[in-house]
Amino acid sequence: MTFSDFIMQNLQEFWHLTGFYNATWEHLVMLVVGLFFIWLAIKKNFEPMLLVPIGFGILIGNIPFNTTAGLEVGIYEEGSVLNILYNGVSAGWYPPLIFLGIGAMTDFSALIANPKLMLIGAAAQFGIFGAYMVALLLGFAPDQAGAMAIIGGADGPTAIFLSSKLAPNLMGAIAVSAYSYMALVPVIQPPLMRLFTTKNERLIKMKPARAVSQNEKIIFPIVGMILTCFVVPSGIPLLGMLFFGNLLRECGVTNRLAKTASNALTDIVTILLGMTVGASTQASEFLTSETIRIFLLGFMAFVIASSSGVLFVKLFNLFLPKSKKINPLIGNAGVSAVPMSARISNNLGLEYDPSNYLLMHAMGPNVAGVIGSAVAAGVLLGFLA
Amino acid sequence: MKNRILTFLVALLACAAVVSAQGRRGLKINEVMIANDSSSVVDDFGRYSAWVELFNSTFGPLEISSVYLTNDPANPTLYPVPLGDVNTDIPARQHVLFWADGEPNKGTFHMNFTFVPGEDNYVAIYDANGKTLIDEIVIPGTLKPGESYARKIDGEGGTGNAEAWEVRDGSDALYITPSSNNIIKSTNSKVDMFAEQDENGFGMAVMAMCIVFTALLVLSICFYIISRIGAHVSRSQKAKALADSESEVAAHAEHDSGEVIAAISMALRDHLEAHDRESTVLTIDKVRRSYSPWSSKIYSLRELPHR
Repeated sequence: MTFSDFIMQNLQEFWHLTGFYNATWEHLVMLVVGLFFIWLAIKKNFEPMLLVPIGFGILIGNIPFNTTAGLEVGIYEEGSVLNILYNGVSAGWYPPLIFLGIGAMTDFSALIANPKLMLIGAAAQFGIFGAYMVALLLGFAPDQAGAMAIIGGADGPTAIFLSSKLAPNLMGAIAVSAYSYMALVPVIQPPLMRLFTTKNERLIKMKPARAVSQNEKIIFPIVGMILTCFVVPSGIPLLGMLFFGNLLRECGVTNRLAKTASNALTDIVTILLGMTVGASTQASEFLTSETIRIFLLGFMAFVIASSSGVLFVKLFNLFLPKSKKINPLIGNAGVSAVPMSARISNNLGLEYDPSNYLLMHAMGPNVAGVIGSAVAAGVLLGFLA
Repeated sequence: MKNRILTFLVALLACAAVVSAQGRRGLKINEVMIANDSSSVVDDFGRYSAWVELFNSTFGPLEISSVYLTNDPANPTLYPVPLGDVNTDIPARQHVLFWADGEPNKGTFHMNFTFVPGEDNYVAIYDANGKTLIDEIVIPGTLKPGESYARKIDGEGGTGNAEAWEVRDGSDALYITPSSNNIIKSTNSKVDMFAEQDENGFGMAVMAMCIVFTALLVLSICFYIISRIGAHVSRSQKAKALADSESEVAAHAEHDSGEVIAAISMALRDHLEAHDRESTVLTIDKVRRSYSPWSSKIYSLRELPHR
């Protein structure tokens, strides 16, 4: 072998390793999808903290390379760096850590002050089970249907947690769908809220919530965890961490832990979760007809969840005295897109009456939605795992 | 302080002991063959010996070295599982096979006792203390060569409960499964059941919504009661504080006239020379924090509580 042959042979082998040589049209489509997510996040400001990591993860996960070369760089190649980071998703331990952070950030005062608002959070979970029925009609198996239906809970970590257990092959599409629709909550919910309410109902003014004592705030996460986990033990990872985070926040003696859980830890896990979920959406798994059906189903689940929350409040009002009527505009907040959907309730309320601030009232069903979707995930896991 | 540390350590040790005991109790005798007639499995030496299959029924790995296996109720420590073999660490929901060939020098999994075909044979597992029974079963003497005595469902049915066991003859329906599950599943039975019984998902929707509503309704009622109790306690404390202050005022009414209090206040002010000019400057500084979708609501609601 001459020296020039040697050079040429190695350059040729290297060429075979490059992305240019291994690229397929599917890779290019996925790269465009990743760029679209990044554009949505940066230009349109849609959930940038989530869509930037997911979008960039899609780029990372869809760089073409020779999978038979044993480079150990792909997310599905055991022992690769991405594979190690992906363990938090596949084994399902990132979502509970996110829930710890959510618990440490969430003020449950509105819910404690008006416990009946919890039922709105429960009603909105019908989005999950309505979508489950539709998924079965579309021909999905019960476990796949359950994993997809959880998108209706509007809770990314819960969707990832459940799909990693019930349908790992669909997890990428489910996670991307869940986060996409969470970003689109301001677009999806207001028309539904207008559709299902009358002008008079939108003008209902609710009494300000009572002040909640420190003791009640401390008791809430303890009692909440025990009661909900006794009913649905399969929800322990999510519910346990959610209420634990809230106790750190409310007990008053662990402020350092609460701050770490709600800031640094959540940010770190969000980065890793978003990036690895994005990277897991590889063309072979993502560009399928199933993904399109998952996105359609996710949209339907969001519509059912938001509508059922609003309609439940209208039904609930039939049994309440006039002075205690609930403004149905807070019904949409029963999904657990915190605090986005509560803000939508507030903004829409202000649109019809500039003095009607619904934010604090809407936060009640909103945080109940977080608990409700975790309970729903536990139920699905208990029935189908 | 020392007492607290001592209490904590005792509690920790108690917890560790309970956890350990719970783990070992998950070890089950799962299938036994008394007379291996060449239709079953061979050992590493190519011989057909009687065997005992143990099953880790827990969902975590189980280290079984130092537990005892025996075929003699009067001698629970007959065969100690040797230390130092990595294969004695049974993964979750997995099996390990011990050979009852009476030749322990052939390896960890060869026991120092044998079974007697045609008679009732006893086999048991004892914990490392040689006293705590983990599992036992009597294998009926009617078992024919080539037949095994197995749990109907892996690891289930309790200790010594013959109802949970069955004779397996190696047929298609009653297959013999050394080192494998007694029931071989190719699908998830729960999913199959839902697919068969609840085709449209209505049953799931009703059940799940009932559970979600129940969980949140119970929580709701609980907090309604807690808030009522809190309000009652708060009212009674307030009333008590009011009553105390009224009685105190009544007790000091004749001594502490308004003039006296004013004089004391004036004297204190003159003595302390306070509040004419403050040494501290109060400023309002804008705090810059990056936006987070999870934390943004904090800024619109309230700060963390401080004690």
